[in-house]
Amino acid sequence: MALLEVENLRVEFPTRRGTLLAIDDVSFQIEEGEVLGVVGESGAGKSLTGASIIGLLEPPGRIAAGQIRLEGERIDNLPYDELRRIRGKKIGAIFQDPLTSLNPLYTIGRQLVETIRVHTDDTEAQARDRTVQLLTEVGIPAAERRLGSYPHEFSGGMRQRVVIALALCANPKLIVADEPTTALDVSIQAQIIALLKKLCRDHKTAIMLITHDMGVIAETADRVAVMYAGRIAEIGPVKQVVKHPKHPYTIGLMGAIPIVGRDIERLTQIEGSMPRLTNIPDGCSFNPRCPKVFDRCYVERPDLVPTGETTAACWLHAKEKTGV
Amino acid sequence: MSDRLIATSPEPALLELENLSKYFDVSKSLLNRTIERLPKQILKAVDGVSFSIKPGQTFSLVGESGCGKSTVAKLVVGLHKPTGGQIRFDGTNVADAKSIAQNAALRRRWQMIFQDPYASLNPRWRVHDIIAEPMRVFGLAGSSTELSKRVSELLEQVGLSAMDGEKYPHEFSGGQRQRVSIARALSSNPEFLVCDEPTSALDVSVQAQILNLMKDLQRDIGLTYLFISHNLAVVYHVADMIGVMYLGRMCEIATPQDLFRNPRHPYTRLLIDTIPDLEMTGKAREPVAGEVPNPINPPSGCSFHPRCPLANDRCKSEIPKPIHSATGMVACHAAEEGRLPAPQTVAPA
Repeated sequence: MALLEVENLRVEFPTRRGTLLAIDDVSFQIEEGEVLGVVGESGAGKSLTGASIIGLLEPPGRIAAGQIRLEGERIDNLPYDELRRIRGKKIGAIFQDPLTSLNPLYTIGRQLVETIRVHTDDTEAQARDRTVQLLTEVGIPAAERRLGSYPHEFSGGMRQRVVIALALCANPKLIVADEPTTALDVSIQAQIIALLKKLCRDHKTAIMLITHDMGVIAETADRVAVMYAGRIAEIGPVKQVVKHPKHPYTIGLMGAIPIVGRDIERLTQIEGSMPRLTNIPDGCSFNPRCPKVFDRCYVERPDLVPTGETTAACWLHAKEKTGV
Repeated sequence: MSDRLIATSPEPALLELENLSKYFDVSKSLLNRTIERLPKQILKAVDGVSFSIKPGQTFSLVGESGCGKSTVAKLVVGLHKPTGGQIRFDGTNVADAKSIAQNAALRRRWQMIFQDPYASLNPRWRVHDIIAEPMRVFGLAGSSTELSKRVSELLEQVGLSAMDGEKYPHEFSGGQRQRVSIARALSSNPEFLVCDEPTSALDVSVQAQILNLMKDLQRDIGLTYLFISHNLAVVYHVADMIGVMYLGRMCEIATPQDLFRNPRHPYTRLLIDTIPDLEMTGKAREPVAGEVPNPINPPSGCSFHPRCPLANDRCKSEIPKPIHSATGMVACHAAEEGRLPAPQTVAPA
């Protein structure tokens, strides 16, 4: 049994002008200790998928169909109080902007100790020891002396380390990290990536790493899901998806990324932009931009089918399978 | 690769910066300083930066936040007044242009593209008026029909439709807005564009569209770019020359091939080491240590020495002087003394 199973997840936003479908039939699994990268452009639904799992979907957004199971138990329909106990204890969260994830009015030590005591039976002194240990583990020098510091006294990279310590407080099984390095400088980004990898290895924590940066995914993830217009376009082992992508969108996306050492005059260009939620085209939602589009793409919506070592939602590959 | 060769040809530079500096006074008020007995605090955002750009070339500045790259951009276009040093555009010292007419004649020849296409377009103006404004300001507009015709041409040149002029900025996506910014910048027929992180706010597929558009425009109308970015891969793709900045000073200037194959400044090596490995070579990397220090109180000597694996006593006390070579520059004591180990980074093929 996988640690996290998401099955046919559907997230809707009811509006005055009708219901918008933000996530449409998304299914995936995360195994224990695995890093699943979720990559996509803005509006692809990657952050909403993460928010659905931690139960932080902002109203009026709601899960309209599907199931989310953690260790076999459904967590998508839990009452608020029960969800609160799981969130933080079994699922940790790291967000993009470390300054807004921390309370500016409390010291770092206070915030960590409080979180530990909410989720465990530790005494104040035990929680304090654990805090020092956690802060040291995430690479904050002289942690004991920094307990009394406020978030504004830390730099951006150090704050993100504190947020990671906060997410680790209760030894969660899964961490949902939504763009954890986007607000940071490149040299700090490399440090945070290395830290996440190490923690994942040491604690056997699974990470759902949501980012728009394929480079971060290539460095960190075991498997990657590429999202487009609320659906998974392709999912598979990171090496396969990066080096031998199967879905035309993934192929375009990989060609669009400038790479040091690749001397080309022009980058691959995917014409147009992602459709808005109000007018997602019929059939495959990528069809207006797809260089290999054919008749079937305009009428039928492709499901994920295995092609080689990855799984892609594209009629090009379905054809091979069924031998049409 | 003919455009890469221009770097060494004797053609005069279009833009030359010589020892350019910009200091900001970030002290507390006089009263507080008197009561608390604090000294004045000066932030050296740009400190003695020199480089030149040949016509038709792209010069890129890279560095982390706070290194002064955006301040250089603002100095070049005249949004800040330099504290010291010179900016020469096409042989003319920009500070010498005293009269309004001289200034306008000079300033018409360069334009700027900003990072955030949501903040740099007036939401209350139609795109037509946004694009026409530089032409109006510099008196390039003839009749209003001529103006409309020119705006339509510009819109089509950047890959939008002539009808889009009637729309407002909010009706466009981020990438389309950046195209509008480019059309506006091109409307006064400039020779030189300063682009401050033009693609950082965009998704990768849109970034590819904008980078391709900028390259096409450069080829078609011979534009010269000062391209500022924190993304080394983007810089490798667009630049003919790259300047690496750290805490207000220039560390190294080199062609992209030299810079990535044979980086000579330890900071450049650190930056290159942080590029995520999309080729999945699985190479082990040196863990990068430390963070950029506070620029108000930069370290003595070479400002990189606290993070530098090669630092010695000289680095702590003496600011390294730029050492020029045929194609580049490096400011590092270790490079000067030959203490630099061979680069460990995998040379890009």
